[in-house]
Amino acid sequence: MEQALEKWQGKIYELTIGATKDEGGTRSKKVKFGGINTLPFLHFEGIVPNPPLIAVEVWDTEPTEWPDVLKNEYKDVLNNPMQWAKKCEDFGADLICLRLASTDPDTINASAADASKTIKDVLSASSLPLMIIGCGNNEKNSSIIMDVAQTAKGENCLIGMAVKENYKTFTAAAQAGGHSLIAETPIDINLEKQLNILISDLGFGSDRIVIHPTTGGIGYGFEYCYTIIERTRLAALASDKMMSQPIVTFVGQETWKIKECKADETEKPEWGSIKDRGFLWEKATASAYLQAGSDILVMNHPKAVKDIKIHIQELMKK
Amino acid sequence: MALSGLDIYKHLPKTNCKKCGCATCLAFAMALAAKKTSLDKCPDITEAAKQILDSASLPPMATITIGSGTKKIDVGGETVMFRHDKTFYHPTAIAVSISDNETNIQDKIEKIKKLNFDRVGMMVGVDLIALKNDSNNVNKFASVSKELSDKTELPLILLSDNPQAIDEALKNISNKRPLIYSANSKNYEQMSDIAKKHTVPLCICGKDVEELSDLSQKITARGVKDIVLDSGAREVSKCIQDFTKIRRLALKKNFRALGFPTIGFAESVEDASAYITKYANILVTSMDKPEELLPLVTLRLNIYTDPQKPIMMEPKLYSIGTPNENSPFMVTTNFSLTFFTVSPEVENSKIPVWLLVCDAEGMSVLTAWAADKFNAEIIDSWMKKTDIASKVKHKKIIIPGYVSVMSGKLEELTGWEVLVGPKEAAGIPKYLKTVWK
Ligand code: SF4
Repeated sequence: MEQALEKWQGKIYELTIGATKDEGGTRSKKVKFGGINTLPFLHFEGIVPNPPLIAVEVWDTEPTEWPDVLKNEYKDVLNNPMQWAKKCEDFGADLICLRLASTDPDTINASAADASKTIKDVLSASSLPLMIIGCGNNEKNSSIIMDVAQTAKGENCLIGMAVKENYKTFTAAAQAGGHSLIAETPIDINLEKQLNILISDLGFGSDRIVIHPTTGGIGYGFEYCYTIIERTRLAALASDKMMSQPIVTFVGQETWKIKECKADETEKPEWGSIKDRGFLWEKATASAYLQAGSDILVMNHPKAVKDIKIHIQELMKK
Repeated sequence: MALSGLDIYKHLPKTNCKKCGCATCLAFAMALAAKKTSLDKCPDITEAAKQILDSASLPPMATITIGSGTKKIDVGGETVMFRHDKTFYHPTAIAVSISDNETNIQDKIEKIKKLNFDRVGMMVGVDLIALKNDSNNVNKFASVSKELSDKTELPLILLSDNPQAIDEALKNISNKRPLIYSANSKNYEQMSDIAKKHTVPLCICGKDVEELSDLSQKITARGVKDIVLDSGAREVSKCIQDFTKIRRLALKKNFRALGFPTIGFAESVEDASAYITKYANILVTSMDKPEELLPLVTLRLNIYTDPQKPIMMEPKLYSIGTPNENSPFMVTTNFSLTFFTVSPEVENSKIPVWLLVCDAEGMSVLTAWAADKFNAEIIDSWMKKTDIASKVKHKKIIIPGYVSVMSGKLEELTGWEVLVGPKEAAGIPKYLKTVWK
């Protein structure tokens, strides 16, 4: 029978996050992702060397905007990033995504020193590799990133978000601290490539960048992000080295802020159980982004994490 | 896949007899390729050549209609692998399955009817009911399918590999044009005859893609035209790969035997989501809770929207919640992702808001401002167009933090007080709660 094979020329960069003792870090393991030379999970056509990873969010302050169904899952640890990180490790996170939300000048305005302390705490509490992201304020993020990168030096973290306005500072910080970098652009394939080029031009390895093309929740702009990811992946497979970086999507963040995951049964009886709606929505979003080509999913609900982990294992079977 | 004039010419009689109205066979071939004439104009063409040329003019994936009446549904007819290439036409039809052992069919039907949701003014939901012959009983299967057909307008899929059960059920409901599932290597001759006799679409289940295409050829040769494909895979990894192979062979190789819509079976939201994206045309599931179906139909809506449509919202004054004359008044651009980022955050604040979405040619706030498509004059003109002054008592505008520089100009033009909101949408709830009192 005729074969349906495509002859792809390109391949996604393979990245490692985390450093063990031998490598100057303190992590118990490293995680590898990327490296695929075909579209997601098409084992018949190419090599899918690494399963996509799940990073679970740990906040340095209680996420007040989260709906109760999600908060309840973390109710004992919401004010304790150390215990929170440990909990994520216990239920199966591949890596921790530490969100320095309290540094936001609009809320607590925590200092670089506060952030450094949290990072040290989390590094001591959990032995998982670490992703570190700032708050929603780019200026503040730039002002603390040097300290953040320095504090975690040698641990080979994934830090973000480098955006057009602050990429120089972020790149310098990642370079100095020996970390990899998330480059974020607003769903635009050209800007995405441009930022990767700008960062590489500073002497930073293009194989140490992870793309965040913007994440849209299902029903809230998902289709644009899905398509940007597909197009990025196709460009990479056609050998565009400045689009060949692995991709991260913030699935949880985009799930838990929408009405469908917040409105309870009294308000929306036709939408069914509020208890299950959110984590099911998170799973649907995660699954669809996996099919687009996301290499790291950043997630929230423990049950969604567990189910998607199994789902990924199933998808990795040839 | 369209044939060129020369490809067509090879199959013509080459006598240049002019009976078709063209001066030569080659001229006729060229006219055919340009779709300016039809093949039946040539009386001398051989049957073999006719078949080849006919099938080459067919779309690479057939469109199949299931059901009759107002709720009938078209599946398949897709022409591309990626939605950015063109658009996906017929959203994955979702079927909820019922067992013929089910004791309370009426309840089940009521439950399924509720799996229908209002999404920005459009009703989206479950499209089909799939009846499983768990009882293995021919008469029971027939009577339950009759009951379903009487009590719901949703088209049916009849799931049984027993030709007798299918035939018996169809005696009552063939006019409703259900999809019958399935023909396999053992029963395909009988199933083909049944599908032909009742003129209903037939689903083929192979043990892999190869056997599937083989069966498809045999069944087509028996005169069945409306076909749906199942490679037999049930593991998610295998399914994704088989769906991809089938779609590629149909679309890119114009492989006729696989040029039909596919069907997939999923028992979890994650598997179902994977199949909606890659490439099930029909999805059967026993999941029947609203919280399970809502994300699936919403995802489907997203995947099947027209990607060519500019990423824009209709520029107008949106009410979020039920705003009154004291409610905050905010402005933003008509880039849909901006809207979809801003509106949930406004909802989160639990404060009703008037949100003016200005026409900024679909650009985000910063881009539009840089391109001079979102400035004081434009906001002023949209405030007049939407007559916001008649809707609120206060004279305050909240503008996005990124465009604070336009404050002075906007105050000058409108005479309203300009408040500078947060730069990021995430800051909106806190901003509204603290600033708007
Ligand atoms: S009628 Fe047929 S054989 Fe005659 S010229 Fe036309 S194409 Fe050729």
